[in-house]
Amino acid sequence: MTMVYDEALERFEPVLGLETHVELGTRSKMFCGCKTTFGAPPNTQVCPTCLALPGALPVANAAAIESTIRIGLALNCSIAEWCRFARKNYFYPDMPKNYQISQYDEPLCFDGYVDVEVDGKPVRIEIERVHLEEDTGKSTHVGGATGRIQGADYSIVDYNRAGIPLVEIVTKPIPGTDRLAPEVAKAYVTELREIMRSLGVSDVRMEEGSLRCDVNVSLMPRSAAEWGTRTETKNVNSLRSVERAVRSEIERQAGILSDGGKIIQETRHFHEDTGTTTSGRSKEEAQDYRYFPEPDLVPIAPDPAWVSELKAALPELPSVRRKRLQAEWGLSDLDMQAMHNADAIDLVEATVAAGAPAADARKWWMGELARRANETGTTLAELPITPAQIARVTELVASGALNDKLAREVLEGVLAGEGTPDEVVEKRGLQIVSDEGELLAIIDQVLADNADAAEKVRSGKIAAAGALVGGVMRASKGKADAARARQLILEKLGVSE
Amino acid sequence: MSAITRDEVAHLARLSRLALTDDELDHYATQLDAIIEAVAKVAEVAAEDVPPSSHALPLTNVFRADEVRQSLTPEQALSGAPAVEDDRFRVPRILGEEA
Repeated sequence: MTMVYDEALERFEPVLGLETHVELGTRSKMFCGCKTTFGAPPNTQVCPTCLALPGALPVANAAAIESTIRIGLALNCSIAEWCRFARKNYFYPDMPKNYQISQYDEPLCFDGYVDVEVDGKPVRIEIERVHLEEDTGKSTHVGGATGRIQGADYSIVDYNRAGIPLVEIVTKPIPGTDRLAPEVAKAYVTELREIMRSLGVSDVRMEEGSLRCDVNVSLMPRSAAEWGTRTETKNVNSLRSVERAVRSEIERQAGILSDGGKIIQETRHFHEDTGTTTSGRSKEEAQDYRYFPEPDLVPIAPDPAWVSELKAALPELPSVRRKRLQAEWGLSDLDMQAMHNADAIDLVEATVAAGAPAADARKWWMGELARRANETGTTLAELPITPAQIARVTELVASGALNDKLAREVLEGVLAGEGTPDEVVEKRGLQIVSDEGELLAIIDQVLADNADAAEKVRSGKIAAAGALVGGVMRASKGKADAARARQLILEKLGVSE
Repeated sequence: MSAITRDEVAHLARLSRLALTDDELDHYATQLDAIIEAVAKVAEVAAEDVPPSSHALPLTNVFRADEVRQSLTPEQALSGAPAVEDDRFRVPRILGEEA
C-alpha cells in the first residue's frame, strides 16, 4: 500500500537524483549530415552512418561539441582537457549499431552546480557531469492491448531520431530537500530549461521530447545513516509530471518500506493519467553495457583559450537576468515569482522594451491576459497579441484616449483578430469622448433627465453628483472621461468641491 | 589458468541474446581464453613511460561542420531490411525489456 505523503515524510527522508536529456538544436546529426527536423516522415533523415551500414564512419559535429561545452560552462562545470567517446553496448533495436556512442568515465563537463529557489529558500543542486551522446530511434510496439512492449507482437522502428546529438546532465544525489523534494525537482528542471533557452542550444520542448527527465528517488528512515535503494522513473514529460513523479514514488516506496518490504533497483514508468509509476525492466549493471573507448572517433581536447572565449561570450543567465529585471522594474519578489511561474517575464520585458511602464506591462499580462489565456487553455505567449500592441494600449491609456474599461475592450478586439489596437479603437469607436461639446451635450441631457439629483447637488449635496457622473458614463457607453465629466457637472450646477 | 569462466561466457551470451549450448559455452570459453592470453602479451612489453592508448592515430579534435547532407530515400534506407511496415523497420518482439 502507498503511504500518504505527510506520513511518508515523517518517517523517511528522500534523496533525489535527476538525469536530464537535452536534444541539441543542431542542423545536422551528431555523427553524420542527416537533418534533425522533428516530425519528418519515417526514415527520411537517415544515411549509412546513422543506419550503421558497413564501412560508414562517424565524425563528430563541431557545433554539438561547442554547445555541450557552453552548457557545461553555464552550469558552472569544469571542462575536460581531454576526453573520449565510449561505446555503450546493449541489445535493443532502437540503435541500428547495437551500441550507442556516449561518454563513460570521461565526460566533457563535470562538477558544476545550479542554484534554484523554492519556497523563498535557495537550494544548490550539484551537477555530477554533462556528457554528449546520440539519441536513439523511435520504436512503436504493434499488437497487444496497451501499445506497450509487454504483449506486443512486434515493433516497428523509425531511425530519424537516431544520432541526433543528446546532452545528458546528471546531478549528484540531492539530500536534505525533505518535504520540498517534488518542488525542488520541478524548480531544477524549470531552471535547466531556461538556461538551455538562454543559450539557444535546444528548443527544450518536453512535449516533443527535446527535454526529457529521469527522476531518481530513494528513501532512508529518519534514523538511518545510509541512503536507501533508488528507482529511476522515466517517461516524465512535463514540469508538472516531474513534481508528481517524485511525490508518487515517495509515497509508493514509503508504503513498501513500512510494510517491511525492500525497494528493487529498477526503471519505472510514469503515467500521466494516474500520476503513478509502474515497473519497467530491471536496470542492467553498468558493467553489462561493456563500455569501451570508441575506436572510430579520436579524443576531444578543447583548447583552453577557446573554452575561455566561450565562457566570456555566455549570455546573461536566467537567474541573473531575473534579479536585474526585478531591480529595474521595482517589482516585489511575489510579483516576480508569479510572473516567472506564468512564463510572463519575456513578454513583460518585450512590452517594456516597446515603451510601456513595467507596472502597466505586468498589470495587463498578469491580469486581463492571464485570465484570457486561462479561459482558452493556452499560454500567454500563444495569445494572438504582441508585446508592442500591449505597449500601445498602455500608451493610449496614459494619454487619456482610453480608460481601463475601454482598454480591456481594445484587448478583446485585438485577441478576436480585429486588427491593431488603433484599428480596434477606430472600428469599435472606443475613443474617450474628448470633444467637450459632445460631452456637454450629454451632460445637459443627463441633468434634464435627472432633475431631482441635479437639484440636490445644487443645494450642496455634492455626494449626489456620483449618480449624475454615472448617468453620463452610461449615456456615453463608457467612453467619457469620468473625472472631466464630474468637473463639468459641478461647474454647470454652480457648486465647487 | 583460465581467465574466462563458463559462467562469464553464459552471461555475455545472454547480454547478446545468443542461445548457446553447453558444448558451445565450453568451446568459446577456451577460445576467449586464448584471445585474452594473446592480448595480455602486450602487458609484458608495456613500460612505465608508455601511456595506455586507445587509438592508433595521435590525433584529437577531428570535427565536421554542422552542415546538412543528402540522406537516403526511405526506399534506399529500407532496401536491406528483412521486414518493413509503414516505412519503418519491422523487428521481432523483445520480451522482458522496455524502451
